Amino acid sequence: MGGIDQHFDLQVIGLTGEGERSKMNLPWLSLAIILPLVGSLGIAFLPKGKTKGYKVAALAVSLLTLLLVVVIGTQVDFGQSGVQLEEVLPWLPQYGVSYHLGVDGLSYPLVFLSALLTVLAVLASWEVNYRSKAYFSLLMLLEAGLIGVFLALDYILFYIFWEVVLVPMYFLIGIWGGPRKEYAALKFFIYTLFGSVIMLVGILALYFAAGINSFNIIELTQITYSSHLQFWVFLAFFIGLAVKVPVFPFHTWLPDAHVEAPTAVSMLLAGILLKMGTYGFFRILLPTLPDASLSFAPILAVLGIINIVYGALAAMGQDDLKKMVAYSSISHMGYVLLGVAAMTPASLNGAVFQMFSHGIISALLFYSVGLIYERTHTRKISELGGLLVKIPAIGVVLAIAAFASLGLPGFSGFIAEFFVLMGAFVNFRNLVFIGGLGLVLTAAYLLWMMQRVLLGEPRVDWPQFADLKGLELVAAAPLVITAIVLGVYPALLVNLVSPAVSGILALLGGN
Amino acid sequence: MLSLAWLIPVFPVLAWLIIGLSGRKMQNRGSGIAIPAVLISFLFSLAVLVQVAQGQSYHTSFTWLEWPGFQITFGFQVDPLAAMMLVVVTLVSLLVQIYSLGYMQGDSHYSRYYANLSLFTAAMLTLLLADNYLLLLIAWELVGLCSYLLIGHYFRNPGVPQAANKAFLTTRVGDFGFMIALMAIFNATGTFNFQEIFALAQTGAISQGTLVLVTAGLFLGAAGKSAQFPFQVWLPDAMAGPTPVSALIHAATMVAAGVYLIARSLPLYLVVPQVMQVVAWVGGITALLAAAVGLVVNDIKKVLAYSTISQLGYMMLGLGVGAFFPGVFHLMTHAFFKALLFLGAGSVIHAVHTQDMREMGGLGRRMPYTTLAFLAGSLALAGVFPFAGFYSKDSILAAVYASGNSVLFWMGVVAAILTAFYITRAVVLTFWHQPRSQGAEQAQESSPVMTVPLLILSGFALAAGWLGADFSGNILGGFLGTEFHLPRAIHHYVTRIATVAALGGIVLAIFTYLFRWFQPSVLTQRFPQCYQLLQQAYYFDRFYNRVFVTGTIRVAEFVAWFDQTVIDGLVNAVGRLGKNLALLIAKIDILLIDGFVVGFGHSVGRAGDRVRRWQNGLTANYLLSLVWAVLISILTFKLLG
Repeated sequence: MGGIDQHFDLQVIGLTGEGERSKMNLPWLSLAIILPLVGSLGIAFLPKGKTKGYKVAALAVSLLTLLLVVVIGTQVDFGQSGVQLEEVLPWLPQYGVSYHLGVDGLSYPLVFLSALLTVLAVLASWEVNYRSKAYFSLLMLLEAGLIGVFLALDYILFYIFWEVVLVPMYFLIGIWGGPRKEYAALKFFIYTLFGSVIMLVGILALYFAAGINSFNIIELTQITYSSHLQFWVFLAFFIGLAVKVPVFPFHTWLPDAHVEAPTAVSMLLAGILLKMGTYGFFRILLPTLPDASLSFAPILAVLGIINIVYGALAAMGQDDLKKMVAYSSISHMGYVLLGVAAMTPASLNGAVFQMFSHGIISALLFYSVGLIYERTHTRKISELGGLLVKIPAIGVVLAIAAFASLGLPGFSGFIAEFFVLMGAFVNFRNLVFIGGLGLVLTAAYLLWMMQRVLLGEPRVDWPQFADLKGLELVAAAPLVITAIVLGVYPALLVNLVSPAVSGILALLGGN
Repeated sequence: MLSLAWLIPVFPVLAWLIIGLSGRKMQNRGSGIAIPAVLISFLFSLAVLVQVAQGQSYHTSFTWLEWPGFQITFGFQVDPLAAMMLVVVTLVSLLVQIYSLGYMQGDSHYSRYYANLSLFTAAMLTLLLADNYLLLLIAWELVGLCSYLLIGHYFRNPGVPQAANKAFLTTRVGDFGFMIALMAIFNATGTFNFQEIFALAQTGAISQGTLVLVTAGLFLGAAGKSAQFPFQVWLPDAMAGPTPVSALIHAATMVAAGVYLIARSLPLYLVVPQVMQVVAWVGGITALLAAAVGLVVNDIKKVLAYSTISQLGYMMLGLGVGAFFPGVFHLMTHAFFKALLFLGAGSVIHAVHTQDMREMGGLGRRMPYTTLAFLAGSLALAGVFPFAGFYSKDSILAAVYASGNSVLFWMGVVAAILTAFYITRAVVLTFWHQPRSQGAEQAQESSPVMTVPLLILSGFALAAGWLGADFSGNILGGFLGTEFHLPRAIHHYVTRIATVAALGGIVLAIFTYLFRWFQPSVLTQRFPQCYQLLQQAYYFDRFYNRVFVTGTIRVAEFVAWFDQTVIDGLVNAVGRLGKNLALLIAKIDILLIDGFVVGFGHSVGRAGDRVRRWQNGLTANYLLSLVWAVLISILTFKLLG
């Protein structure tokens, strides 16, 4: 490894896109990470006992971050496929490690989603008063980590942000969770750690195999690796990412984590954390390991279909509302897998669309379940019923979420799933037929849930519940509106995504 | 005016938005917004119809979604078929909404009802205006959503949510076929646009295999929506909704969407005769089987529900033999007379407070207008000259006859006898003889807000068929641009047979139920199995419940158990194994290394400490894992060379 040191200078210079830099006058991307990070620290240093203060501060910070992300959106030319607004600083130059951020049409929607959902999570946490200082501080730290994961273009940086996300999540579940919070948090932590450590193995193997002393994610895509190496590295990355998605059979941490997590944390967990896994497929696996991706594609497709059908069936078999929604997430993430596996323009665009769309819809589902739990203090479907009479507005929100989730046209989920299936129809026709079964099953368990939770006569022994409050409406409305707007006019998102997808396809085809 | 055709669905959408967003502030004013909106749409549709009749056409489109090498355009088009259906839908919707002023008066969710009707109307109109399959599918599913919402209107009542679910899920199974068809066609042609696809199909640019998949898939969707065999089960249950809803969407319009889809796609079907055969047979079987169930049902709405299924079967039968005009003609006349029958039944139910015909009777004198209207609808349904059904049903039978498939023809004829019989039975049981319940004794004619729409529809039930009759020069056929000419001999022959069938059925029913020359119970006792078979509608419900509903739930419960016990059990076992291994290593570590350094007694306390750290101490664990990872990776690298 002695030879590596000699040409590190070249590498560092090669990394910096000088042309891009001259256009940029502010480190926008760093700001988007630093802002919530500073917010997290700031809240931690606020005086004790100011519960309201922490909330207002968290809301302000998350809103500012969202605003910043919107501004970033105006700075990016989404017509191009390459990464933009790059920021590169040498970090450990002797190992080719740099602080390297950048954004493109693939990462921007997820950064936006992170910023949006964090704002809504803060609103959804307005009733959290137990150790609220730590809670909101961790929430901000989580946001910083998430945005970092999606912006990082250096493997080491990526890995650090990846792990940073774990820590606040662990505590948010472990401290503010339900009765089995310790078990769920530890399981989540160990499971994802297990996955990420294997992924780290993959990263290092890739680094050594490339032999250019660089951890640059983009640069490492430009090297052709032997198919033997591709196979093993793919496997290592796949396990790391699969735990996060989660892919069957690595999924059992998810229902436990969701059942115990507080509502807002569930929103972020399903809304964004799962997308870290599928983001890795797009950012790393397909462009870096095209041969292995192609040869693993049939397996990925089968796993995707298993996720879809198995997840839907498992969801149908649950009596706990939150568990049902958790399994529905597993099912819906299966479409992303299938879309990745098919590797056609329609399927990949559909898969990215599904990542965003599911982020919105699952957050809405978890939120409405949380609203119901707050009032009835039960999540057992068998103990609910007739809520549409009791709390009509919340009932309508849940119904909207359910119809969006079952892929009703007019909502974003339909667009995503339809294009994934249409794209996959080209090369996995028989699997698509089975996947269609998932469409029916999804409708079945969600309608059945609504029947048992919302319809019929309310239970007589319930006290009067408050219906949807103003703040709750404010938290739910952006999700409903986004799901509908993207369902009616998907070009708003597809136009950002499709050039990036074309770029990935070019790399796939080029090898 | 024609260039504003896209506004037709916009008015009801606005009505839906206004009512929906006002929430409880709307109170009972929903109808005041919904009815004017649909009235404007109706007037627009009329104007459009006139202009289309003058030979103008309309098409507008925009790019909805694109990326390099991929483009989907959405657009609206008005051709004669769409123009005709626009008027039918808006007119029936308008009349139903006016009628509902009386029928739904005092309902606690009055405004929600009107909001849903508005959304439904908008979705149906969009479906008709769509110039491509994808937009049609989107509208189609929204129509299904509205159906769910309206069937579930009385969602507090037992059985109602189940009926709503059943409708949505049964049609969803069919919609899966629809989606597969769209995927296949888009992957083959790169477009969803009707005209472009038809053009490609006719030049032979689309492979036969793809066309089979596409037409079969589309028919699966249509069969679900139009309650064709074996998807018919949801429609009778859909009667759980308010009766005007049954009139509008489970008779006149929504279920018609399936037939519309096939009519729209007929150019594709004409290229794949084998799938056409399937359409024809499914239609014929549905027409016959559903009509037979109509003979024994005692719920007046269910009689009409099975009648609807049967009549939709006729339309499919017509389209299945490639006869565009007869299928579409019957679609139009049926929309009027079936809406009429349902609204008439609603008027009766409103007055008697029961749907069971055994508790009715003697309503003829008490409700003269309703009786008159229902009679008009019945004659149209039975196909008696000169009512609407006479012309449209005859044209279907004639087309089937001309196609040379005599089995299907005679199935259609037998179904016509049964149709005439069951509707006459319903008329006699409801309106003749003495009242058989207190409700029937005290029944009063409904208010004019309900009877006037009935009388208007009666006019259509009488005269709508004349548009397609020979004596009028077949205005409708000319308008639709599909001349439908069969040899006169065939027409005369079929007309004679159909008339004999209709009158035969009527006379038989009159002898049985009016004059009571003959006790139907003799037959039911003589052939109890046959009677039960019809009563249970061929046991479809029981079969589906056992196999699909219960079966799926059992599988789901198994999967849930399997996931928690086996998969997660495995995960936990691995976790425990890891933990014990770690504890073991820690112990060895303590014994071997620490043992040398510090005294034994001291180290026990530290061992506990260490164990605890292994369970909770994340940092140590974490760092150690990192070290492991680096080691493994270097090893891997070395191994891989």
